[in-house]
Amino acid sequence: MDRKITLPLTDEDARSLRAGDYVYLSGVIYTARDAAHKRMYEALENGESLPIEMQNNVVYYLGPTPARPGHVIGSAGPTTSSRMDKYAPKLLDLGLKGMVGKGKRTQEVIDAVVRNGAVYFAAVGGAGALLSKCIKKADVVAYDDLGTEAIRRLEIENLPVIVVIDSEGTNLYATAAEQWKK
Amino acid sequence: MRTVQVQTVTDTVREMCISVNHQLSSDMVCKLTEAVKIEESPLGKQILGQLVENMDIAKTEMIPICQDTGMAVIFIEIGQDVHFEGGNLEDAINEGVRRGYTDGYLRKSVVRDPIERENTKDNTPAVIHYSIVPGDGVKITLAPKGFGSENMSRVFMLKPAQGIEGVKEAVLTAVAEAGPNACPPMVVGVGVGGTFEKCAILAKKALTRNVQEHSSIPYVADLEKELLEKINSLGLGPGGLGGRMTALAVSVETYPTHIAGLPVAVNICCHVNRHIVREI
Repeated sequence: MDRKITLPLTDEDARSLRAGDYVYLSGVIYTARDAAHKRMYEALENGESLPIEMQNNVVYYLGPTPARPGHVIGSAGPTTSSRMDKYAPKLLDLGLKGMVGKGKRTQEVIDAVVRNGAVYFAAVGGAGALLSKCIKKADVVAYDDLGTEAIRRLEIENLPVIVVIDSEGTNLYATAAEQWKK
Repeated sequence: MRTVQVQTVTDTVREMCISVNHQLSSDMVCKLTEAVKIEESPLGKQILGQLVENMDIAKTEMIPICQDTGMAVIFIEIGQDVHFEGGNLEDAINEGVRRGYTDGYLRKSVVRDPIERENTKDNTPAVIHYSIVPGDGVKITLAPKGFGSENMSRVFMLKPAQGIEGVKEAVLTAVAEAGPNACPPMVVGVGVGGTFEKCAILAKKALTRNVQEHSSIPYVADLEKELLEKINSLGLGPGGLGGRMTALAVSVETYPTHIAGLPVAVNICCHVNRHIVREI
């Protein structure tokens, strides 16, 4: 089913999404990948606060190319999510409602998605030029020294994603290939 | 003896870095365009359509095809009658990468040390493979490699008794495990033979081949066709979300090996299989 969803992601919207839904996301989303996750995780371990609010927000696993002059951002597709698996359950337990990336997740992440009524979306990997057109504003809000890996606040319009793991724990990667196997 | 100024190498590498990250070679464009027609899954067709549109936007608006503009892998063939002048060749190559990635607004994805992980901020150094060949030419092949797919690549040290069936099993195992992480539809480079490191270099080199051509060795060409068919029966499909087009091409390179061994390397590349060649 095709859906249009505005971020931040409400509990109600998150729970209404089903694995296989094609969704256009609009609103505010935050980028974070390997180094930013490591730093946020360490901040929590040290009892410090996070630089961005987790509650009902969605994180996009993205490290963009630099913006050309006059452009908002450079190429901006998803990176492989599995490298964030170590950190994701903790962020989900703090209220993170959704993640946009690509590729498989561990059972620990799936369990945390179910426990918190959250969603894991996949964007099309390797379509960074196309996806960049959906980003209308981009500002670094934390960890500027990390360059491409800094946390950015993005304003997006109709970013196309697919629900891979829904709040009930259904995993599209586990079922989709079976259907097409010869 | 022919003299080549290293500045020419720098300028050439710079231009190659920018070009290859915005425009795929015509063989890759043909394969992706064909894939849209072949795919049976509606979602798979939609994803492939996005990838074709993405290629057009990248080329016309100069936005890199993928945000992972890779680590620069360079194969340089140097004629033995060439003399380089004006500085160190390796420095000249890295200067080309530095300028290309900076001037071309490409992502700097290289860290100085694998454990300490401080970004070098200019995407250097490149990984450079040199070979000395007859003549007085210089041929540079650049293949920037993204790590979503690089991380899913494997080396298998098989026993000779496992033979060609063992090779097939190794390739299918690597592709199935890679799944959605490697951004299918993939291009699969396979190196068979040599030593531990030689088979990995062969697999990387296989990825720089024209994806519309098969090996000139008949049994290897048959192996490439059979592997592609088997991979496209796995059902992974575009984005790993189900469908026929799990791989666009399989390229296999072979080399003599030891009586006791059968090394096999599987270097997986996503659909953004970038390769470009220039001769100086």
